[in-house]
Amino acid sequence: MSAVYILWLRELKRYTRSRTQIIASLAQPLLYLLVLGFGLGPVFRLSGNGNYLQFMAPGVIAMTVLFASMFSGIGLLWDRQFGFLKETLVAPVPRIQIMFGRTCGSATTALLQGMLVAIVCVVAGFRPLSLVQIPAAIGFLALTAIVFAAAGTAIGSSLKDMQGFQMVMNFLVLPLFFLSGALYPLDNLPKALVVLTHIDPMTYGVDGMRAVLINRTHFGATMDALVLVGAGAVLTVVGAWRFSKIEI
Amino acid sequence: MIKVQNLSRAFGDFKAVDDISFEVAAGEIFAFLGPNGAGKTTTIRMLTTLLPPTSGSIQMDGMDPERHQHEVRSRFGIVFQDPSLDQDLTAAENMDLHGVLYHVPRRIRRERSETLLKAFELWERRASPVKTFSGGMRRRLEIARGLLHTPRILFLDEPTLGLDPQSRNQLWSHVQHLNKTEGVTVFLTTHYMDEADRVATRIAVIDHGKIVAIGSSQELKALTQTESLEAAFLKLTGTAIRDETAGAADRMRQAAAMWRRR
Repeated sequence: MSAVYILWLRELKRYTRSRTQIIASLAQPLLYLLVLGFGLGPVFRLSGNGNYLQFMAPGVIAMTVLFASMFSGIGLLWDRQFGFLKETLVAPVPRIQIMFGRTCGSATTALLQGMLVAIVCVVAGFRPLSLVQIPAAIGFLALTAIVFAAAGTAIGSSLKDMQGFQMVMNFLVLPLFFLSGALYPLDNLPKALVVLTHIDPMTYGVDGMRAVLINRTHFGATMDALVLVGAGAVLTVVGAWRFSKIEI
Repeated sequence: MIKVQNLSRAFGDFKAVDDISFEVAAGEIFAFLGPNGAGKTTTIRMLTTLLPPTSGSIQMDGMDPERHQHEVRSRFGIVFQDPSLDQDLTAAENMDLHGVLYHVPRRIRRERSETLLKAFELWERRASPVKTFSGGMRRRLEIARGLLHTPRILFLDEPTLGLDPQSRNQLWSHVQHLNKTEGVTVFLTTHYMDEADRVATRIAVIDHGKIVAIGSSQELKALTQTESLEAAFLKLTGTAIRDETAGAADRMRQAAAMWRRR
């Protein structure tokens, strides 16, 4: 188990040392928050949905976690050819432990990044309904992080070169975000969009966050948690299987 | 220390390694030479448990890499063709991580880490992140790290690629020194014939997946009636240039070369 711990610690050290990267990765959520938050706010209010910043802040926080965990997972591609991962794959340690340590590390750093953005949201004017619910929100964020860190590991293990990375970004990560209801309510959607939003695991992360932070939910917090745990379990198994197939 | 018998590996119809046999004795510095695509890396991958052979047998310190994967892994250290250090961590942290992964007890980890970093002239810089290191320093650190768990065999896959003559020279001096003091068997590949000539006790030349000659540098020169190892090598393998199709790893290597700060 010391291998799992040391690999988890490695991801954490790398994260805390890349200060410029931390600051830079705040830019995108900030852009969504300020431009969309304030830009679409008046329309949102006119349509009778209340304060848009309140509505979208949980979505932006979840988005940060989605992007951070997916990227970190896909970064495995680079890491296994030109990085430390290659060294770990010839060590006398079962692959499953290496996969587990790395994925937990990715999820933890993504969670930290999400919490950082949450603070930025509060500064921008977002107010959770009650502070008691903060631990539950962190729980949802952690589940989301695990789901997508595992997905990232599965994808990063399967990709052959960097061209694939762009494909995944454009055809998977962005759709996952846009179809999650992070930016719009899930009510009265066209049928096709209803189907797509319902099969997107990210939807449940966002909905769970909203349920506990602003008491507004489509599926209910219990349902959200169950779906996330299920998706997390399945994707971890898939990730471990893909990771065991890596050839170096 | 290494015993290979009738080893073959095919990828589809292509025979990357075709029925090779050789032995490396304990304490030897054994050079594996061959043009691009001759089967060097495929052989190393099989020896280091990363690829199962199609047929034939391998004994690493008396054990089969396929059946005793972890035991074999703890008995060798490897320096890959591509860098495998964590650039954001310090030299000491890279060493420590390796020690944990190889189950080296904490106290021994510390002591050996210090000995090796000093031997490779990196002790003063142990607390600096690897990204601030020169190419030669990184290579030295990788070799030091590969020796941390006191392996019986050290694999070096083109360790001097991209280094200047000074760094290459220094690196081999270190390797020879460690070979003498620790008795570690060294299995290396390189494209620089002068290096193989200087450090290797025995040399195997592989081409098209087959070993075409094996022996000391003197023996190879005598066999081919040439003056230098380079001439002997060219006589054994011909002058035709091997144009391999670039794979995914090669494409990434190109991208990496563009981005790498040196």
